[in-house]
Amino acid sequence: MRKLLSSLLLMLAALPAWANLNIFATVPEWGALAREIGGDKVRVYTATTAFQDPHRIEAKPSLLAQARQAQLVVAAGADLEIGWLPLVQRDSGNPAIQGGRPGYFEAAAYVNRLDVPTVLDRAHGDVHAAGNPHTHLDPRNVLKVGEALTARMSELDAANAALYQANFKTFSGKWQAAIKRWEQEAAPLRGVAVLVHHASFAYLDNWLGLKEVGTLEPKPGIEPTSGHLSELLTRQQTMPAKMVLRAAYQQDGPSQWMAGKTGMPAIMLPYTVGGSAEAKDLAGLFDDTVQRLLKGLR
Amino acid sequence: MQKKFAMAALLAASCGAQAADADLAAIRSQIDEMKKSYEQRIAALEQKLAQAEAKSAPAAVAAAPSPLATGTVASPSSAGAANGFNPEVSLILQGQYKNMKNVPERSIGGFVPAGTEGLNNRGFSTDETELVLAANIDPYWRGQAIVAMIDGSAEIEEAWAQSLAIGNGIGLKLGRFRSGIGYLNEQHPHARDFADAPLMYRAMFGDSYTQDGVQLKWLAPTPLFLELGAEFGRGANFPGNDRNKNGTGGGALFAHVGGDVGISNDWRAGISWLKTAAQERESGFMDSNGLAAKGAFSGDSTTWLADFVWKWAPNGNPKYQNFKFQSEYFVRQEKGNLNCSSDDASSTCATALESNYRTRQSGWYAQGVYQFAPEWRAGLRYEQLDSGTRDFGANAANLQVEGFRPKKTSAMVDYSWSEFSRVRLQLAQDKSMPGLTDNQLTVQYIMSLGAHGAHKF
Repeated sequence: MRKLLSSLLLMLAALPAWANLNIFATVPEWGALAREIGGDKVRVYTATTAFQDPHRIEAKPSLLAQARQAQLVVAAGADLEIGWLPLVQRDSGNPAIQGGRPGYFEAAAYVNRLDVPTVLDRAHGDVHAAGNPHTHLDPRNVLKVGEALTARMSELDAANAALYQANFKTFSGKWQAAIKRWEQEAAPLRGVAVLVHHASFAYLDNWLGLKEVGTLEPKPGIEPTSGHLSELLTRQQTMPAKMVLRAAYQQDGPSQWMAGKTGMPAIMLPYTVGGSAEAKDLAGLFDDTVQRLLKGLR
Repeated sequence: MQKKFAMAALLAASCGAQAADADLAAIRSQIDEMKKSYEQRIAALEQKLAQAEAKSAPAAVAAAPSPLATGTVASPSSAGAANGFNPEVSLILQGQYKNMKNVPERSIGGFVPAGTEGLNNRGFSTDETELVLAANIDPYWRGQAIVAMIDGSAEIEEAWAQSLAIGNGIGLKLGRFRSGIGYLNEQHPHARDFADAPLMYRAMFGDSYTQDGVQLKWLAPTPLFLELGAEFGRGANFPGNDRNKNGTGGGALFAHVGGDVGISNDWRAGISWLKTAAQERESGFMDSNGLAAKGAFSGDSTTWLADFVWKWAPNGNPKYQNFKFQSEYFVRQEKGNLNCSSDDASSTCATALESNYRTRQSGWYAQGVYQFAPEWRAGLRYEQLDSGTRDFGANAANLQVEGFRPKKTSAMVDYSWSEFSRVRLQLAQDKSMPGLTDNQLTVQYIMSLGAHGAHKF
């Protein structure tokens, strides 16, 4: 038995490595960022798609199998993946990706988090103790995370460190120019009042100066109720919102209902890479998000 | 940041020639830090401004008190209090209302009772309250304990340490743990889709099989999920019993494979083997005159299980809609001796008689649960057992041995306010006792408070 096992292990060790760094990204945005930095030196597995609610993923067998081989887990952090990732890490038999090891990277640790609760009480819904985890929709955060991720990837794969840094430098240059362009284009959005399905756009609002005046969910993680929606409808008289936003993975029913009652546009935002045909990569994600918002204003 | 400092310090300490470089690095990192702190302050001010704007807008804001802080937070909590090391704590509250026939000693026809209590709990009752404590012990181990409390007794349901740092896909668990055999066995009652365990599990283990011992698992480094596991331990739980001996009292082997089919489907299949032994395992029988007699079994018990789970969710997003199918099959063989005895002088077992004992029994269940809205699920379960071969040797003349096929059909609907609370209505037609059809109604609630636990697939 032991002989069999050890010879099996040897055989597997002899398999050719596919890439220098094997990355397991929990969400598409950070998977895309790792690809920008790593280029063809990394193999990135993305655990979820833009059409999956990142809060509600299950510790599927396929995720365990992928985590087993990963050298670096790139997570959103701030408890976004608390329902499945800890289990995947522990059951993967892979010490490299456990919390506190260099092989575990949490994007939320490198940005200023919004909505950090002062009171931790589930009476307020499924609140995240560490603050709002949807940090990537502020492109300035993407840069901060990118810097930290480059350092981490260089640490884990020293042989390609120079390449990762060069790739990030190129990305960063393009990205900074793009931020200026997006900010110019999105100038008319400043101060515009919006309703959102879930608090997934806190960082986007903060960046573009959109004013969030309500969420369709009565509490985070609790589906919109008819009572709460009609309450929002009455509030519309005193505090009118210009549009209602939802992410690609959220049901369109509640925002369509709101749009139908008020005449304001219901806007589907890609939310992450892959959420729309245009959001093919990180730049596409922001291009499309800004365009969709501007279209809602017209 | 700290790392940069430390690295700079190290460099400076190790080689004097590079002192200037180290100084430069230190200055750079100081500048970096200053930059960061200013960025944070600016962000905080920006948010204050945004909030001031929001407040100046008429009414509404006060209508929804926000539990959120007004500022931004820069780094993960720096509180550092010893309290921060406290384990994750959660508490599971469960209770039910049950309508069913009054059958004082419920057992499954054709099967030896596996010692399940409380099955005749009619009306209102509170199930075990489970206290779960878990934390990383150090970089190498994680620990978890589950204490189930009910009416003056607290039982250690699980208490184990799990390795985090062995590597090569190897996982080691020590202590009392739910065995990895089958599919449902590792799931806690509060994570199950029906109010009660399937007949199959009740017949095999009473409810589920836990082992005091060691579990070793290996996950293959392949894109297809392949997990092999071995367990050995005390083997004291039914179908075995405590035999007070050195060495191992029982063991198990299991293999699981699984994967995705497209983006919307996931599956897992497994096969498991459990071996344990019993010495003088007593259970009640009827003698050939219909009088109560005791049968004590000594010998080996071997159980084979096969399990299969299929989950579907549109686009792989289970939040709004999903479907889950699961089915398991078992066959158990017991080989040894049966000692028949009775306190009743007129019983055919009045003078104890030892005979051969050989059984081969099997059963299965299949269930489907459909979540058709974020809060609502509905499910159906069908199960059937077969009392199979029961060869009592010479005692066949003294004891009643009748073949029977227990059956049960259950339907349930449940509603979840959030991930943490659920109420369930279950209707069942239970034909697991000979000559009796028991129509059962169960209303059950399951609440979990405290730390957000992750559930297995």
